[in-house]
Order: sequence, then structure tokens, then C-alpha cells
Amino acid sequence: MSSTAQAIHHEDHHQGWFERWFMSTNHKDIGTLYLSFSFLMLFVGGSLAMLIRAELFEPGMQLMQPYFFNEISGMHGLIMIFGVIMPSFVGLANWMIPMQIGAPDMALPRLNNLSFWILPFAFILLLSTFFMPGGAPAAGWTMYPPLVLQGGESVAFMIFAIHLMGISSILGSINIIATILNLRAPGLDLLKMPMFCWSWLITSFLVIAVMPVLAGAVTMMLFDRFFGTNFFNAAAGGDPVMYQHVFWFFGHPEVYIMILPAFGIISEIVPTFARKPLFGYKAMVYAIACIAFLSFIVWSHHMFTVGIPLGGEVFFMYATMLIAVPTGVKIFNWVTTMWKGSMSFEVPMLWAIGFIVLFSIGGFSGVMMALVPADFQYYGTYFIVAHFHYVLVGGALFSIIGAVYYWLPKWSGHMYSSFWGKLHFWSSVISVNVLFFPQQFLGFAGMPRRIPDYNVAFADWNMVSSIGGFWFGATQLIFVGVVIHTVFFSKDKATSRVWEHAHGLEWTLPSPAPHHSFTVPPVIDDSQLAHGDVSH
Amino acid sequence: MSQPNANVYYVPHNSRWPIIATLGMFLFMVGAAVWLNGYDTPGKIILTIGALSIIGMMFGWFGNVIHESMKGTFNSQVDTSFRMGMTWFIFSEVFFFAAFFGGLFYIRTFVVPWLGGVGDKGVITNGFIWQGFSATWPTNGPEAVGGSFTSGSPWGIPLLNTLLLLSSSVTVTIAHHALRAGNRKKLIGFLGLTILLGITFLCCQAYEYWESYVHLNMTLHSGIYGATFYILTGFHGLHVTLGTIMLIVMWLRSVRGHFTPQNHFAFEAVSWYWHFVDVIWLCLFLFVYIL
Ligand code: HEM
Ligand SMILES: [Cu+2]
Repeated sequence: MSSTAQAIHHEDHHQGWFERWFMSTNHKDIGTLYLSFSFLMLFVGGSLAMLIRAELFEPGMQLMQPYFFNEISGMHGLIMIFGVIMPSFVGLANWMIPMQIGAPDMALPRLNNLSFWILPFAFILLLSTFFMPGGAPAAGWTMYPPLVLQGGESVAFMIFAIHLMGISSILGSINIIATILNLRAPGLDLLKMPMFCWSWLITSFLVIAVMPVLAGAVTMMLFDRFFGTNFFNAAAGGDPVMYQHVFWFFGHPEVYIMILPAFGIISEIVPTFARKPLFGYKAMVYAIACIAFLSFIVWSHHMFTVGIPLGGEVFFMYATMLIAVPTGVKIFNWVTTMWKGSMSFEVPMLWAIGFIVLFSIGGFSGVMMALVPADFQYYGTYFIVAHFHYVLVGGALFSIIGAVYYWLPKWSGHMYSSFWGKLHFWSSVISVNVLFFPQQFLGFAGMPRRIPDYNVAFADWNMVSSIGGFWFGATQLIFVGVVIHTVFFSKDKATSRVWEHAHGLEWTLPSPAPHHSFTVPPVIDDSQLAHGDVSH
Repeated sequence: MSQPNANVYYVPHNSRWPIIATLGMFLFMVGAAVWLNGYDTPGKIILTIGALSIIGMMFGWFGNVIHESMKGTFNSQVDTSFRMGMTWFIFSEVFFFAAFFGGLFYIRTFVVPWLGGVGDKGVITNGFIWQGFSATWPTNGPEAVGGSFTSGSPWGIPLLNTLLLLSSSVTVTIAHHALRAGNRKKLIGFLGLTILLGITFLCCQAYEYWESYVHLNMTLHSGIYGATFYILTGFHGLHVTLGTIMLIVMWLRSVRGHFTPQNHFAFEAVSWYWHFVDVIWLCLFLFVYIL
């Protein structure tokens, strides 16, 4: 096989800065771009959150005009979803999937570069709306017409930004599916694949199926606003609620797009530090598939109060409650993996355990809202805000941070300071609860979401929540410090296995991983696989 | 042609086309948005620059890949990746149309009957706001937005268009068989025929639109019927246009002898796309025209 290695182009030597980062076909460089971009966006979206919490610190109008409050709360959501959570999972997929399946790179490396580069430009479009006559879109991240259509010049820019983000994530997911299905090393059967790959295989399917639906929804909006159609106008036989149906047909699978890869990450981290194989590997795979399937038939639980027929309320209520079953299977299996394991609590494990606890809290409040009669009380209140921040911050974001702490030594070749990592974790996990737990009380008491001012009755818990917010925000600066220190300054060399009990092909590569992960298909030894040693 | 070793991974070298593609798309959309906001001249200029860069990029990027493919750079694994890429791309397109079809079904099964007084919702809407509106299809709603209109018959041009597209699917398959059999003359002939059928379809559709606008007063503004009709048939027509352009490119490449009986993925991808467009049309014919 000696002559074969030259089939891979070795452009590592002498690659200009521009060529390396703008014309790349390398999954690691592109993964780094994705992760850096989402890291930056985390702070852009985070600053907006800080403004929101500052305004809500006390009742009364403090800092801004109500309309500006609406702009930043909607933009906060759009940025965090499309600019932070989704791209950072794609970044992790880029880095890890080829290494985990014994591939040299992604299946379609140039397409990969295109998928990434669309994103920053989409965000230039979206963020530029802040400086336009009429300001940024101010109708929430769900962009419901007719309200959103009453915006100023931002509407067209917002719609096109969504189109671009959609194209980016569809192309990214096509690439991930093709990589997983086509580039696995010989002998790496689907059911021996690491859970992270499994979760992404199913997530990409969801992305490819629902992002075009979102594109369709905003396209109808574009036509209503600029070309005189009447999709969302009841006087013409249309219906504004139709937008909500189409949007949530995208929207609910979308929330699973933001959590399934997290499930994958947690299923990688927990076995490593429990020093036991993942409990119920196959059940985990089926649970993800089952959640993905169910996610297509629950969308109207976001619309219980808009007036859907009774049969619809009942159907969507039961379908939604069904999702708790496979989700429960996953939580049960993580806990059982830890059961009687020789556990150690390195930084990634702390984040994983934090994930399990916080995600469960968010999941429980989800089931509460799935009950139609109860949801009439919760709908449109801070209870929902608490729910989705528990699953998205405590869930998705925690898993991403955990993944960075887990794989950063592999990427950079250096260890980080576990003191700072632990401080980051404890400070985050406490502040995130100070931030979001009180929002559940506020929601029960009836405080509406997306409102810049509120009744004095809500004052105390809002102040607590704001303090938690600033605390959580400031804590993330530790993360910046840790990452920059590890990548650029740390002298502490990482071994190739990094964690004592880590299994999987990525750990057979040196740290930092070579430019092209595998140049020839590796010979698979089941004991090296993350899940090859499970007896089914 | 050296057969690349299937046991070795292939990674393409760097390329400037993706970033150019991004810039092109970005300028195109900025231009469109600026134009829509009423700044016509700058909008048109930016949009044109964007469109030209996208077209240039396509020539460059595809030219590059064709060149590499003809040199025999790609192994069978790369070929499979391309196939999967195209398959899932078409899958995503299916869901794009599904959004509009879903909207249409929702309107027809729920919204229009509600407006006409069916069910709890309908009793209130109809009784309080739009008394006397009765649910029919086609409709432009209780306030007759866009003025009275007639919808064309499905058994005229739409039926003709169905036959045109169905036969074009057949001809493109014959062309594919010819290609596999190494019969280039037949390939070029039947591919050319497919293109002609595609163009005829587009002309018929243009005529149908003209007729609807000028004689039937059935326009984009004609309430929900006009909106769903034009968005579905319009996006389909756009896809036929793109498909026809791709077929023309395939025809030119066949004339130049780019394809071999073993190696002609581009041709297959385009024919898949063409069949997809055909299937969408059948759904349109059924749900938009006939029912
Ligand atoms: C056990 C699983 C879950 C159940 C049963 C559930 C249920 C619900 C329900 C019923 C609502 C609508 C509440 C209302 O509008 O009145 C909702 C809202 C929401 N959920 Fe979940 N959920 C679950 C998990 C998740 C996960 C994993 C995520 C994201 C990672 C998520 C993100 C959201 C978001 C973003 C919203 C609010 C959307 C909005 O109105 O802006 N949920 N959930
Ligand atoms: Cu949902």
C-alpha cells in the first residue's frame, strides 16, 4: 500500500492563510471555523440576553424603547438557534465524525466549505437589519405573520437570511449523511458506530426534511408582503394560523435537531468516565429514531391555544406525551451506565451529569405543557421560557461545552487546566438555575413572555433571574480563557488516548490529530471501537 | 485512464469556488432585498452581479469537477458520495414542495369550510364576520380579494402539459439506455427530444399564465386560490426551467463525448432530477388542477 498514500493531496505544506481558511477542503479546519463562528455568535446572542435581563431587572421601563426590546428578544432567539446551537453541532460533527468512523475527511469536502461560508454571510444579512429603517424583525424567533410583516425594511433581509441558513444546514447535513453511510471503515457496521454518529445520522435526516419546510413558510411570507398574495389573510380565504402549522412542522423537529446530537455527546462521555460500556446501546439507537419519528407528529402542541379542533388537541397531547417514553429510555440508560461504574468526575463528566439533571427538569416541564388544559395556563408565559432554556441551555449548550472539554485535548494536542474547567462548570450550573428556575414561578403566576415591563408582583423573582443571568453570562468568559489558553499557550501535552477509559477510533490517532485523519481505511479491532465491545 | 484504487481515500484539493458561490448568493440576495425595499437601481445592479457570479461559479466549479472526473481522479467511493448527495438534495426539494402542498390541503380541508361556517370555529367566524359566505373551491375568500375570476379547465393545457412531461420522462430514460449501450447517436437524439418537450412545456405554461391573467382575471392576487395556484405551479415551472438548462448542458456534453457507458453520473443525476420534476407535476395536476 505504499504508493497509495499519494492519492491524498498533501497540501498541508505551504498553504497561505487565505487558502487554508477560505478555500479549505479539510474537515478539521472547517470544523474549527464552525466552532469559532458559533463561539462568536454565542457572545453576540449573549449580549442581547444581557440587555433583556437588564431591562427586566426591575419593573418599569429602564433602558430601552419597547420596540427595541421586541427586536432584541426575537433576534436573541434566531441567533442562538441558527447561529450557535446548530453550527456548533455541525462543527463537532465535522471534527469528530470522520475520526470516529475511520475516514479521511467528509464525503463532499468542497460542499462542506460552502455550507460553512454561507453562514457568516447569512448572519451579516440578519444582523444588518438592526441598522435599517424600521429596525430588526420584532416578532419573536417564530416570526408569526401578520405581525412580522408589519416590520420595516428588515422583512426581506430576514427572509433571505433564513433561506441562506436553510441552504447551509441542508448542504451540511447532506454531507454528514453521505459521510456516515459511505465512508465508514470496512467492518464498522452501523450498529457498531459511536452514538454521536448515530445521533447525527438521524439529525441530518431531520434537517433535510424540515429546513425546506421553513423555507417554504418564509417564502409564502415573502410573497404576501411583496407580491400581493394572500396566504395569511382570512378575508381572502387564507389563514394566519396556516403559517403556524407550517412553521411548527419545521419547528418541533428543529428543537430535536438541537438536542439529538447532544444525546450523542452525552452517550460518548458517560461511558468513558463511568468506565463501563454504554448500557443498552441498541435501545439508545432505537430511542433516537423513535424520537425523530414522533417529532413529526406533535407540532400542534405549540398551538393548543390558537383554536384547533378538539380532536387535534387530544391527538397532539397524547403524541407529545409519547415522546417522553423514548426520552425516558435515554435518561434511564445514562443513569444505568453510571450505576456501579468506577466513576471519576473529570470536567467533561461534570458537564454530562449537569446535562442529565437540567435536561430532565426541562423535559418534565415539557410534559406538563403537553397537557392541553394545563397548557392554557402556561401558554405564552415565562414557564415556556424556562422550559426551553432548561433544554437548550442546560441541555444543548451544556452538552456542547462538555464536548469541547472532552475533545479539545484531541484537537489541540494540549490539556487544559481542570481547575478552571471545574470552576466554569460549578459557576455555570448554579447560575443557570438561579437564572431559569425562578422563571417557572413567574410563569405559573402568569407573567407573559416577550414583554419589557411587568406588574410589580413579579419584581422579586425577576431580579433574582437577572442576577443569575449576569452571573451565567460572566461565567462564560472563563470558557473563553480556557479555550484560548489551551489552544495557544498550554504546555501540557495531551496523550493520544487523553482519558483513561476512552474508546473509539478517534483516540487511536495522535493528539493533535493529523491533518487528514485516516489516509487508508484502518483495520478495525472491535476492542478499540466505542461500542464494538458491547454484547448485544 | 488509470483506474484509481478503491481502497484509498480520495480528498479533493482546495477550491476557490465555494467561497465565490457564497459571495454570489449573498450579493444576489442583498440585491433582491434592496430591490424589494424599493431601491430599484442599486438593487438590480447588486442582484445582477450576484447572478453573474453564481453562473460563473457554476461553470468554474462544474468545469473543474468534470475535468477531474475525465482524468479519472475519482474512485467508486467518491462516485457513491456524489450519488448520495444528489439523492438527498432531491429529498429536500420534495419537502420544499410538501410545505406548499400541506398549505393547500390545510386550506381546503379546514380553512375554507371554517370560513363557510362549519364547526365551532366556523360558527363564530362565519356568523359574526362573514355572514353569507359559503365554502366553495376555487375561492378568493369572503371579501373576494382580487375580484371575480375563473379558473382554467384541467383538460386543456394542463392535460397537454402532463402528457408532455410524462413523455419527456420516457425519452430521457431511452436516452439513458442508449448511453449505457454506447449508442451516442440515439443518446443525443432522445436527449434533444427531451429538451424540446421541456421547452414546449414551459411555453404552454407561459401561455396558460398569460391567458389566466388577461382573460380569466386569475392572478397572484386572486385570494387563496391564486396564491396557492401560482406558488405551486410557479416553483414547479422554475424547477422545469432549471432541469431543462441542466439537460441542455448534458446534451452539449454528450455531443462532446464526455460520457462513457460506465461513467456518466452527471447524466444520471440530471435524469433523476427530471423524473422528480415530473412526479411533482403529477401531484400538481391531481391536487391543483383536477380536484
Ligand atoms: C420531553 C420532551 C419535550 C416535551 C414533552 C416538550 C413539550 C413542549 C410543549 C408542549 C411546548 C409548547 C408550550 C406552549 O407553547 O404552550 C414546548 C415549547 C418549546 N420547547 Fe419543548 N418539549 C420537550 C423537549 C424539548 C426539547 C428537547 C427542546 C429543545 C432542545 C424543546 C424546545 C422547546 C422550545 C424552543 C419551545 C418554545 C417555542 C416557542 O414558543 O418559542 N423542547 N415544548
Ligand atoms: Cu415542540
